[in-house]
Amino acid sequence: MIMDPFDALSSLQQALDAFRASDWLTTGPSGGGGYPLLNVFRKGDDFVIVAEAPGVRKSDLTVEVKGRTIRLAGTKSVAYPEKASLHRRERLGGRFDRAVTLPVEIDADGVKAEWRDGVLAVFLPRAERDKPKSIPVA
Amino acid sequence: MTETQELAVRDKKELVSKEEKTVPGRFYVPYADIYETDDALTVAMEMAGVEKKDLSVALEDDVLRVEGRIDFGKYEGMEPVYTEYNVGPYARAFALSSKIDQEKISAQLEDGVLTLTLPKAKQAEPRRIAIG
Repeated sequence: MIMDPFDALSSLQQALDAFRASDWLTTGPSGGGGYPLLNVFRKGDDFVIVAEAPGVRKSDLTVEVKGRTIRLAGTKSVAYPEKASLHRRERLGGRFDRAVTLPVEIDADGVKAEWRDGVLAVFLPRAERDKPKSIPVA
Repeated sequence: MTETQELAVRDKKELVSKEEKTVPGRFYVPYADIYETDDALTVAMEMAGVEKKDLSVALEDDVLRVEGRIDFGKYEGMEPVYTEYNVGPYARAFALSSKIDQEKISAQLEDGVLTLTLPKAKQAEPRRIAIG
């Protein structure tokens, strides 16, 4: 069977639309602000937070985990050479600090973060004690 | 200083094109900065998630066209539970007013930002006219 890659794109876009700002995630107690925008996925038992922050350097990015709260903070700088004349300026720079609290227990020691092409992915393994157990039906 | 102010949240801009795309799905318009120095025009575009191999840059009839595809295979086995943005290919085109030396265009992709340096063609550089 030949899979049409554009069908796959369409269905991914539809799936992402369907969960727009669902009530699954709550705002954390620390860190206000809404940047960066993020998506949360379930992958098997675990969860993945994905955020786009193009132009942020890895060294300017902080990811912290405390309990069920994840904090993403950093600085994005947008610079131009001194003598340039600016034709168009759409990119924004500034500080950001955002915290979100997950409705599930995670294993804080197993959290991993990856930064690639301006996209941050934080892998959150679900705590063993929080995993659903299947009950054999007698 | 931009570093001291809080970074504002903006939704991604969807591409509304005059020419319709032949494939279904939404495209996005990358946010761009364009600046000019004495010898070059620089275009910096935010295209998060685009890898080098999925970029195409073309200059034809003074129109610069940039397209970046997303490898959505990375999303395989991932079920969304909460979302704030959508993903899709990026596309944008600019009509250039200065003459560009096509051979010398250089591109750099870093942290999801594509920076194109378009050196001006020699005859387009400002020439100082001596006043006799």
